[in-house]
Amino acid sequence: MNLPVSLPARPLRGRVRRPWRLAAEASALLIAAVVAFPLYWMVLSAFRPAGEIESTEPRPWTLAPSLDSFRRVFGQQEFGRYFLNSLLVAGSVVIASALIAFLAATAVTRFRFRFRTTLLIMFLVAQTVPVEALTIPLFFLMRDFGQLNTLGSLILPHIAFSLPFAIWMLRGFVKAVPEALEEAAYIDGASRARFLWRILFPLVFPGLVATSVFSFISTWNDFLFAKSFIISDTSRSTLPMALLVFYKPDEPDWGGVMAASTVMTIPVLVFFVLVQRRLVSGLGGAVKD
Amino acid sequence: MSPVNDRAVRAGSGTGTGARAAAAGVPGGSRRPAAARPAARPVRRRDGWTPWLYLAPALVVLGGLLVYPIYQLGLISLLQYTQAQVSGGEPTAFRGLANYAELFGDDRFWQVLLATVLFAAACVLSTLAVGCALAVLLTRVRALPRLALMLAALGAWATPAVTGSTVWLFLFDPDFGPVNRLLGLGDHSWTYGRYSAFFLVLLEVVWCSFPFVMVTVYAGIRAVPAEVLEAAALDGASQWRIWRSVLAPMLRPILTVVTLQSVIWDFKVFTQIYVMTNGGGIAGQNLVLNVYAYQQAFASSQYSLGAAIGVVMLLILLAVTLGHLRLLRRQGEEL
Repeated sequence: MNLPVSLPARPLRGRVRRPWRLAAEASALLIAAVVAFPLYWMVLSAFRPAGEIESTEPRPWTLAPSLDSFRRVFGQQEFGRYFLNSLLVAGSVVIASALIAFLAATAVTRFRFRFRTTLLIMFLVAQTVPVEALTIPLFFLMRDFGQLNTLGSLILPHIAFSLPFAIWMLRGFVKAVPEALEEAAYIDGASRARFLWRILFPLVFPGLVATSVFSFISTWNDFLFAKSFIISDTSRSTLPMALLVFYKPDEPDWGGVMAASTVMTIPVLVFFVLVQRRLVSGLGGAVKD
Repeated sequence: MSPVNDRAVRAGSGTGTGARAAAAGVPGGSRRPAAARPAARPVRRRDGWTPWLYLAPALVVLGGLLVYPIYQLGLISLLQYTQAQVSGGEPTAFRGLANYAELFGDDRFWQVLLATVLFAAACVLSTLAVGCALAVLLTRVRALPRLALMLAALGAWATPAVTGSTVWLFLFDPDFGPVNRLLGLGDHSWTYGRYSAFFLVLLEVVWCSFPFVMVTVYAGIRAVPAEVLEAAALDGASQWRIWRSVLAPMLRPILTVVTLQSVIWDFKVFTQIYVMTNGGGIAGQNLVLNVYAYQQAFASSQYSLGAAIGVVMLLILLAVTLGHLRLLRRQGEEL
């Protein structure tokens, strides 16, 4: 696997004395186990038969894995639809915000114009806006435009909220493409649009992938907008709402909650594994620039 | 700040990018000559409207769904806006700063504000401590344990906040959770007491946010040239001394950004509190500002009070960000 951890060992490591290194490695493995434990427990509980979950002597394994909880989750009305809704919302946000952010990042890195610095500062400041507080005006905005209970009411705000960070992060990637390349393209007779989409876009694509992790996760995870804007038409609900159906504070159906959580976590994990190599490099760029 | 120190920081961050990018396999890493900096770019007359054309979609979306709602938020906070106005039963009345006066006169608000600040501070400090410590640990171990820790951290990072919250609740469940069995706590309820509930949420928040810190700081440490560390070791510096006097100054740009991100995230924490303490805890003992604003608006239909709380949060975060920008400027970073 192409994890950043396959980098060559740093030379200094040779100086670390052997018992110390073994102790460090043992603790690294132990910490990894502790960090992974909640996820392990989630998947394990999802596969436990009903009686075993409600046991007062929980064991870290199960001898009779069962799909009962998953059946209950998928048997819940329209769970598949919630899944598709979530996928649709997150997919639209990722694609739209990547394209819009790419154009904007190109503008602020490849051009000098008035208010450029002001805009950049605004993009940085915009990241600090507490999204949750804006639920109130957004609710009225959606109501006035008749967008309550539609997927658009989830897609549009999430595009807006993921843009500032995406633009901020993409700047480094756009900057990294040398000017000479741009001049060479123009000398060869390429139009500005052609340079933008046929040359710059493919070169910046890894950065777009890294950026899209953040917009995907924030959209996929969101349950506040779904809770606030999808008020009556449950066929437009998304996964987090479906999960909370099983989670009743007094009498939670833990098997159902864990199975639904597993179903909800897997797409994000897959997405992460697919892009993790770009993610680390992307963070490096974002943090520096 | 002394000029020498300043230069060291900038040199550190300068070499950092190239090495980090190359190490992490960015295609752009090697093609990043100094000439590519926009500062060196000659002004082209024919640019004209092109940048604005490129910016147009972003500005339209941000204007409509970020700037305008912020304006609306401010406006609502100045109005009398409850269920009666929402349904059109009563006309909206302008109240001026009366909502703020009501808010600031309410002991509850100050209590929640204090809890939010303390909770966010505890989360930020714990996240940074765990993230930095594990980043250093990652540089001390061979590939296999490193891979294990990295994978586990990515898993925690990828877990949605809602699922993370329910899973941690289940782990600490008084009846069926493994943690109470392991610690022999019987049916002790973690969400009953105010502090233990906050502590449980803190654990979840640290669990899902330390990976960002760890991965970023690790990438930063890798980018520090080995010779520098070797020179320090040859001069007889202890590990702690190397960290404090060599690594920390060189990593400062990264640490500032990571800290700012954590402050912003943890100050705005919503999902974890909302799910884990069931909307703010028993009698609202675990409320933080964000959840408080939401409850005021959507549970009590006090939309204007909720909006006023939102404005207060916005101003606090704005102050933090502007402070960060000033810090960046003083360090001589270019935007």
